[in-house]
Parts: sequence; C-alpha cells; structure tokens
Amino acid sequence: METDGSQAVPILKLDGITKRFGALTANGDVSLELHRGEILALLGENGAGKTTLMNILFGHYVADEGKVLVGSNDGDLSALEPGSPNAALVAGIGMVHQHFTLAENLSALDNILLGTETLSALKSARLPARHKLENLMSRSGLTVSLDTRVSQLSVGEKQRVEILKALYRDARVLVLDEPTAVLTPQESDTLFATLKKLAEDGLGIIFISHKLAEVLASSHRIAILRAGRKVADLPSDGCDQRQLAELMVGHEITETVREPNQPGAPLFVLNGIFAGQGRDVLHDVNLELKSGEILGIAGVSGNGQTMLARVISGLETAARGSIQLEGVDLGKASVRQMIDSGLARIPEDRHRDGVVGAMTVSENLAIESIREPENQRFGLLRFTELRERARNLIKSYDIRCQSENSPARLLSGGNIQKIVLARTLETEPKVVLAAQPSRGLDVGATSDVHKRLLAVRARGAGVILISEDLDELLRLSDRIAVIHRGVLSAAEQTEKLDRGTLGLSMAGHSEEDAA
Amino acid sequence: MSEIFEILLSANFWAASLRIATPLIFGVLGALVCERAGVLNLGIEGIFTAGAMAGWMAVWLGAGLWGGVMVAAIAGGFFGLIHAILTVPLGLSQHVSGIGVTLFATSLSYFIYRTALPDVSSPPRIEAFQPLDIPVLSDLPFLGTALFQQTSLTFLALLLVIVTAYVLYRTPLGLAIQAVGDNPSAVESQGLSVYGLRIGAIVAGSAIMALGGAFLTMSAFDAFFFGMVNGRGWICIALTVFASWRPGKALIGALLFGAFDAFQVRLQTEIGSFIPGQIFLMMPYVLSIIALVVVARRADYPRALLVPYFRGQR
Repeated sequence: METDGSQAVPILKLDGITKRFGALTANGDVSLELHRGEILALLGENGAGKTTLMNILFGHYVADEGKVLVGSNDGDLSALEPGSPNAALVAGIGMVHQHFTLAENLSALDNILLGTETLSALKSARLPARHKLENLMSRSGLTVSLDTRVSQLSVGEKQRVEILKALYRDARVLVLDEPTAVLTPQESDTLFATLKKLAEDGLGIIFISHKLAEVLASSHRIAILRAGRKVADLPSDGCDQRQLAELMVGHEITETVREPNQPGAPLFVLNGIFAGQGRDVLHDVNLELKSGEILGIAGVSGNGQTMLARVISGLETAARGSIQLEGVDLGKASVRQMIDSGLARIPEDRHRDGVVGAMTVSENLAIESIREPENQRFGLLRFTELRERARNLIKSYDIRCQSENSPARLLSGGNIQKIVLARTLETEPKVVLAAQPSRGLDVGATSDVHKRLLAVRARGAGVILISEDLDELLRLSDRIAVIHRGVLSAAEQTEKLDRGTLGLSMAGHSEEDAA
Repeated sequence: MSEIFEILLSANFWAASLRIATPLIFGVLGALVCERAGVLNLGIEGIFTAGAMAGWMAVWLGAGLWGGVMVAAIAGGFFGLIHAILTVPLGLSQHVSGIGVTLFATSLSYFIYRTALPDVSSPPRIEAFQPLDIPVLSDLPFLGTALFQQTSLTFLALLLVIVTAYVLYRTPLGLAIQAVGDNPSAVESQGLSVYGLRIGAIVAGSAIMALGGAFLTMSAFDAFFFGMVNGRGWICIALTVFASWRPGKALIGALLFGAFDAFQVRLQTEIGSFIPGQIFLMMPYVLSIIALVVVARRADYPRALLVPYFRGQR
C-alpha cells in the first residue's frame, strides 16, 4: 500500500544523541532511524542506556548533544522541541513506559482522555471518545473494558490501555519499554501479533527488550546498545541468539549448565498450607523439596507467590497446614527461628526487603548474623571484624562498590543482589528460598546468580526458585510446579516440560484443556 | 430522653448546625482539592485566620461585603501559593511547610491587625452579612427556619459543593487533578504539567479555605478576634479523610460536626450544671474521632499524597 519512495524517508530519526549524568555517559552519540511500518527492537543490558534514549525521545530528558527529528506526512524531517512530552505527543510519538503511567483512581476511558482535551472545557466529551475508541479496539484487537477503574484491571489490560492511549492520539511512532516484562508467554504472543498488525497499518514501532528470543521473533531490525553506545544495527533475518548476546554483553558467554545429580532425602515440606486473604492467597499448598534439588515454582506474578514466600520465610503464619525442615515443625516459627534453622531467603523486592538502603554495605552484609559472637561483644558491634568480613565477601562475590562503607542504596540492582547472595549463602543454609532472583538483572549478573544457586544445589542443600522467567526455570530446576490463583500444581520433572505447557498452566489451563 | 428529642425536633437546632457547618464546608472543600492533587495543606489553620482578618479589614476599610470576600480569597490564594512553591517545585516536606504557613499566616494577620489598630480594646464592628429573606421559602414552617434563614455565604458554600463535585468528576481539569494526585507520571506522559496542576489546585483550594475564615468575621460574628479560628482548620483536615475526598461526603461530614456542636450547646443548657461544661465541649471532637476511626480504616488515600514529584526520576 506504500510506495518505495516514501519508505526512504524515515518517520523518526535520532541524530547523535549524547546524554551524561555526572561522570556517567548514559548515551554516547547514538543515531537511529525508524521507518513507517517497521518494528525496531532496541536491545541491550540493564544500564546500556535504552530507557534513557527513549526518555529523551519522549521529552522526559533533554539530550546534552544531538537532536530528535520527526518526519511529517509529506516526508520532511523537522526537529522536535527537546524536553517536552507534549511536543512528542503532538508529533505523533506515543510511549508505553515499563512502569505504567496510569491513574488508578480513574476509569480506563478517563485515562485515555487525560490531556487530550483543553483544561478549560466545561465538560469532558466522553461519548465521542468512546465511539472512536470502540472503533480502534475492534480494528486493533486491543479490547479493554472502558468504564472499569484502572486499579481493577489486570496487568495485560493496563498495557492495552497504555497502547490505546497512544493510538487514540493518532500516534505514528509507538515506543514500548520492556513490554513483556510483566506478561505471560501467551499474553506476549498476543501483544506481538497486535504490534505486527499495527505495523502493517503503517505504525512505526520501537520496543526495548533484553530477551533475545522475542527480539528475534518479532522485529524487522535490531539496534544494540552497549554502555551507552550503539554497537550494532542489523536486520533481524539471519541473526541468531548467540551473536546478539555477545554483541549485547561485549564478550563470549558461557552457559550455566545443570549437572545431573541424584536428589537426596526430603528436606523441606509444606503440607496443606492455607494462608492470606483477598488476591494474595494460598489454597491447600503442598510442596516437598529434596536435598540437592532446585524446585522451580512458575507463575504469573500476583498468583500467590508473594504469600508463599512470606509463609516460607516466617513473615506470615499459615492459617492451616504444617511446615517442616528436616522433620522439625516450623509452622509457628518466627523469621529469626527460620533463619536459625537454616533457611535463607533471597527476597523478591531486593531494594525494599533485601537491603537497608541507608546502611552501609558491610552493615547490610552482617544484618542477619548480627547476634553472632564474631560480630558483637556485650551487645556492641565489632566494626573492625565486620569490615574485614565485608571486604572478603566483596572480593569473593565481586560486589562493585566504592568501599564497604558506601550506603547500599548507591549500588546497582545487580550488586544489591550480590550483597543479598553473599549474606544468605555464606552461612551455608540448608534451604534457600530464591524469589525472582534474576528479575531486572542483566545477562552477566543473572548468570552469576544462577551459578551461585547451582553451587547451593551441588553441596546438597535445596533451593526453592520462584520465578516468572520460564527459561530460567527450565534451565535450573530439577522439578517445576506451577502456581495459579493460590493453588500449586504437583511438581513435575523438568525434562517432561516445555515452555508451551508451562505457559498454559500459568494461565490457568489444565492439560486437558490444552489437548 | 425527652430533652434530646426536643432538641432534635427544633428548627433552630438545624439552622444552627448548618451555620456552624458553613466554615467547615469551605475548609473541607479547599483541603480536598489540595489533597486530590496530592498535596496536604496544613496551612489551613493560618489560611482561615488570614481569610478572616483580610475579609473583615477590607470591609472595615470600605470595600463592601462581596469585595471583602474577594480579598479573603486572594489572601488565601497568596498563602496557598507560598505552600505550593515550597512543596511542589522544591519538593519540601508538606507537613513542615504547612505548619510554617499556618504560623506565618496567623502571625502576619495578627501583626497587620495590631498595626492598623494599635490601641483599641474591642475591635470595631462591621455591617456583616444578614440572613437572607427568601420569599416563600424562608416563611415555610420548620423548613423555612431550619434551611432558608441563612446568610449568602452559607448558600455559597452549598453551591461550591456542587461546583467542586462537577469540576472534579465531569471536566477534563477535574480528571487531571484526580490523576495528578494518584500518579503524576500519568499526567506528564499525557503532556500535561504536573507542577502547573498542583500549584493551581493548591492556590484554588487555599482560596476556598479562606472563605471559611471570612465567614467567621463577616457572617457568624462581625469583628475579628485573636484565636477565633480555634482549631477549625485542623477539624477540616480530619473531615477530609472522613469524606474520603468526595465533595458530597464533605458536606455530610461538616454537617455532622455542626450538628454535634449545636447539640452539645443545647444539651448543656437542658441538662444543667452537674456535668462539667468541658465534657460537652469535648463531645463533637470525640464523636469526630470515633467517626474517623470507623471510616478512615477503609480510606482510599490519593496514592501520590505527600509524595513530591521530580521530573525524570522514578
């Protein structure tokens, strides 16, 4: 439907964008082009500058050098006013942020309408908007219940509202920041199908990702950022995952491999656990972890994983059911008793529950063993020993920080996770509860976490791995159980499972449905 | 028991409730506009005082009653602007700034009053708003006395309840205010100005609060006294939570408090002196606390309340 002539002129052009935050160069001389109907994947590790670049495009940040050019309908390029989201919106750029920018107290319709009407208008014109949206929804397949308050919508629906926000403003360029981070595999497939359809209608799409498989499957072209610079810009056809990963990381990657081993005796047992109320519940959960085993728990977030982790770590007491570690009942145990009996936790929200941001690295490393005689005498902390120990751990776990005395909040997510790992694994626990241990981490930090967990397994302890990342679960776990709406399925040998069946059970379909 | 029914059945009791509720209606509406936009305005107590002083003094200097109302609103808006600048673009603690504004506005009002009238022992009186005599309505039995013998400012307060509700729920501006108090990045990503909306809401909300103060000197009394606001601003902050940030419920909350207050005065005279008067004085506050405990447990706070917003920061 488009002639080749108009294909030649890009609808969006980033020209030599440089952005510095203090000493850090987040983007160095990055140039990009996007054409009508094209899906461009922007690939890179955390901290590679993908989100910064898109925030400059959308006017959240102002670039120190370089400019953003937008193509008009008749093919001329004109510079976009920097630092103004409104200018970007007017120029037809729509952005779906990783953290949704929705007002939860308003309906989906009102969120879409927000900012599209003059503020001095005496009445919100909801009726014509509804007609336009119904039209858009039937054309694009993005259906949302318009009158529902956003707080009542599921994550997938919220994302659809975000995309509709852009389409409602007749966006010509759609930017999505890590759109699949919060979706089930099936939802992701649907999303990419929709994006393909929108691209065929002429929309230019940029999506940010660090997942290689989806980038290869769903984009026309791939631009790779590393340490703020563009290191590759190539058509997706003919690329493979290995090549992309190496471009992204900058060196060769060694895969973590799970050595086969024979799991030992049952170590940690949950029996008929009921807990929680509302959405975060557990309903008759049974689980048996053997020594020398990694037991994976798959599920879309919000299906009871958080409650499961809280119950296992002793933060929540189950209403019914029993918990046993090596035959000792821990049903009513406190967090302290859990830790003392050899249970270590890697919390889901490492920034909130993993470290105390205002405290130093060395204090954070000692925080769970602060009562041990090597850390205190007569109730007074032994700072010299604490620092000494911290320095050793910083070295052996490769924690990148200025010194053991820097506040933990200054560290990156990957290094905060290393603090958590160092603290919990140094005590040689019998059971490790790892909740979303690699969420938001880049390839390097993720492989580090994986190696540590496999080492725990190799020395005969057990790991409960709660994750939404199917690749991670399939690679590390000996057995996998699926949690859906607070019900945990029976664990199955990983060899018998694949992404498809796991994805279906995560979405709540039983095997009979799938067949 | 019969005394209690007698009080509840008298038209004067209901008229008094509405009269006592009027400044609170202004105050709660103003506070909820600020808080809907995500900013707690503890300047309210001082803004009441400033509104009371400014309105009264304008009339005393010959501005006319409605001129006085305008001056009061502008004075409120001015102190609101100070609070807005401190808390929105500068992102300072809303508690500290609010208390500061209260102290500043109160002291400045007293200072201006004392400077203008250095050696009077009793403040000069003005010709205050008089109860309206609406044809037919004011003459209705019971209802006429209970509802329709109020001053114009009371009717203005009731009108503002409807206007605030309409603006909040039916106009693009209201949607933007609700959104900026829930998730400022939603507003910014749709091309609107977070700071503009918040500053505007605080200034407007503070102007409305000041009318509550103006009611005290220009309708309830006819002069300005030190300490006359007497905690009404703080009551409004509590009533805002009670009202779940909804204008309709704000009216109910203010009326409920007004009724408690009117009731205790009458009960005091009915029951007599064997219970200390302070017990009665305490009653509306105790009942407010109880009501607050019951309602506020499920309160749906604006999610971004108290959280300053800085661009490009998550």
